[in-house]
Amino acid sequence: MQVISTVREPLITGGKTIKDVTEDICKQVEGAPSKSWIAAFGLSFLLLAVGGAFLGDLFWTGIGRWGLNKTVNWAWDITNFVWWVGIGHAGTLISAVLLLFRQKWRTSINRAAEAMTIFAVFCAGSFILMHVGRTWLAYWCLPLPNTYGSLWVNFNSPLVWDVFAISTYLSVSLVFWFIGLIPDLATIRDRATGAVSRFIYGMLSLGWDGSTKSWMHYEAVSLVLAGLSTPLVLSVHTIVSMDFATSVIPGWHTTIFPPYFVAGAIFSGFAMVLTLMLVVRKVYKLEDYVTMEHIEMMNIIIIVTGSIVGIAYTTEFFIAWYSQVPYEQYAFLNRMTGPYWWAYWAMMTCNVISPQLFWFKKIRTSLMMTFVLSIVVNIGMWFERFVIIVTSLHRDYLPSSWVMFSPTLWDIMCYAFSFGLFFTFFFLFAKYFPVINMAEVKAVWKDSNPKVYKARRTISNDWIPENERVEEVVH
Amino acid sequence: METNKHFLVGVFNDQDDLLHAVEHIRHKGVKIHEVYTPYPIHTLEHVLGYKRSWMPKAAFMFGALGTTCAITMQSWMLGYDWPMIIGGKSFIAIPDFVPVTFETTVLFAAFGMSFTFFVSQGLGLFKVPRIFDIRATDDKLVMAIDLGKNKLAEADIKAILSESHADEIYRKDFTDAENNPTFMGYLIDLFNNGVTVSGRKLIR
Repeated sequence: MQVISTVREPLITGGKTIKDVTEDICKQVEGAPSKSWIAAFGLSFLLLAVGGAFLGDLFWTGIGRWGLNKTVNWAWDITNFVWWVGIGHAGTLISAVLLLFRQKWRTSINRAAEAMTIFAVFCAGSFILMHVGRTWLAYWCLPLPNTYGSLWVNFNSPLVWDVFAISTYLSVSLVFWFIGLIPDLATIRDRATGAVSRFIYGMLSLGWDGSTKSWMHYEAVSLVLAGLSTPLVLSVHTIVSMDFATSVIPGWHTTIFPPYFVAGAIFSGFAMVLTLMLVVRKVYKLEDYVTMEHIEMMNIIIIVTGSIVGIAYTTEFFIAWYSQVPYEQYAFLNRMTGPYWWAYWAMMTCNVISPQLFWFKKIRTSLMMTFVLSIVVNIGMWFERFVIIVTSLHRDYLPSSWVMFSPTLWDIMCYAFSFGLFFTFFFLFAKYFPVINMAEVKAVWKDSNPKVYKARRTISNDWIPENERVEEVVH
Repeated sequence: METNKHFLVGVFNDQDDLLHAVEHIRHKGVKIHEVYTPYPIHTLEHVLGYKRSWMPKAAFMFGALGTTCAITMQSWMLGYDWPMIIGGKSFIAIPDFVPVTFETTVLFAAFGMSFTFFVSQGLGLFKVPRIFDIRATDDKLVMAIDLGKNKLAEADIKAILSESHADEIYRKDFTDAENNPTFMGYLIDLFNNGVTVSGRKLIR
């Protein structure tokens, strides 16, 4: 039974008609690129190019260019990898989990969030390829026949699980995103005024004509993909966390890692969606599609996941004490009060304290505060990964090998490269693809207006299978 | 032999009107060729009498194939082809194989189902759609009735369509070439004459 609340705010405001939805979204794709877009794209591309030059040097010379040493052998590379993968969780979460829960507000943000997911996973993947050192041999991670008697990869290793998890996640997300795009690309195709754009969007829309039969299968495919993606997205960060949790390094060796990493991923992902959507909404004038209601909903998810992350931090401390393992206890005390105390407290402030401000409705519904806090959250999440990785490593078992890690220019520029990569793709997407899923917004358009909804009750119920009949909620 | 196709097209603005109309028209014994909509309308497939989508079954089959492949691959590689002692575990350590098996299952199910969907719906890079009304991807709900497959006269069907509150009713004929559009023909038309498949001129 599907239940539609009549007290909810409308999902699309401003009295938009279905025609307006097409106009408002397609306008951005059809118009010539604006000056600000060219500037923003140029800047991202410059970052990509400059970062790429440093990356080329890194490949040529080797990862000795980074500030890694014998003790701290994972630092910014894996920090950035986990950070980007975490950000790359929101898109699938919004489109898959919220689809399964029938949260109709997701329709306005899922397209951009999914695109962001894919680009974030590209960035994460680039760090994986960088950190193996000899990138051209990265295919050795795959179980391919080889001349060493066919020595296979070790399927007992979480690092191999990670290869499978990340590549499956990337390819399934791409398929999910592309299938969602097909009907909208067909809309753009049918509106195209130039032969070239007509041709390109025609190819990309795969000849979609919107027949009911296609829609029926399309809906089934979306639902099953959502059902598959939900455990997938949870498994990906679980497996990422196992890269650490299955080791015996104090500070990594904790069973709480999988749920804690997943909550952190959702937390940072939603923050990134907010950062990007607030800008897109402003620039493309989409205030009627991404309403305050949407922003508030996302902020609520940020409070929930931020609190889960906070509880996880506290639990880790409790368990370190409770385990009575001196190495474990030292690792955690060292995090809080050792030489990297500033990173720890930056993480605590940004991730645990700042999202609690969203309990106030004034802050939760303030665009400026939401924008600032969404960036603060992502800074915090970067520090979280840095704290976990570097502070656990830099105090070795032998005090003679205790060191500090300091990043080199190559560490910084590789990180900058990933930003260039991310924003180059994101700006291309925002210009040449519909940033809002038009078909899905049109489908919820009627439900979002209570008055029209009442009129819908006139459909004869005989045609609707028993379990799909709509019932009104009495509040 | 005449291969031209003749259709009556009814255009609707509102999805609930459309649902009632489909119900009414089918009740009158008129066969509906297909309804084209810019967004999915739930219950429309029930009203049109379509069978439930079989895509979930395809997903299950491909998923099961993925599971089998993954378990076979890992057991064969680490259990028979080159057994190695890793952390004192048994060669075929099933719990360790769970993550890769799961990922492979999802990968096979997702890709298998998506390709099944593309193939079964005839979607592809070189597919040229036969478009009844260009507004069907914008805001109109377009119903097509194949006159060749209905016994009732055109005027009668027209009357039934207008009874069921269609906002526009018109006749659409496809020539043999339009009925089976080819990719090359479409390309030549598009770049030489500036005509899209729907017969609409590109606005330059």
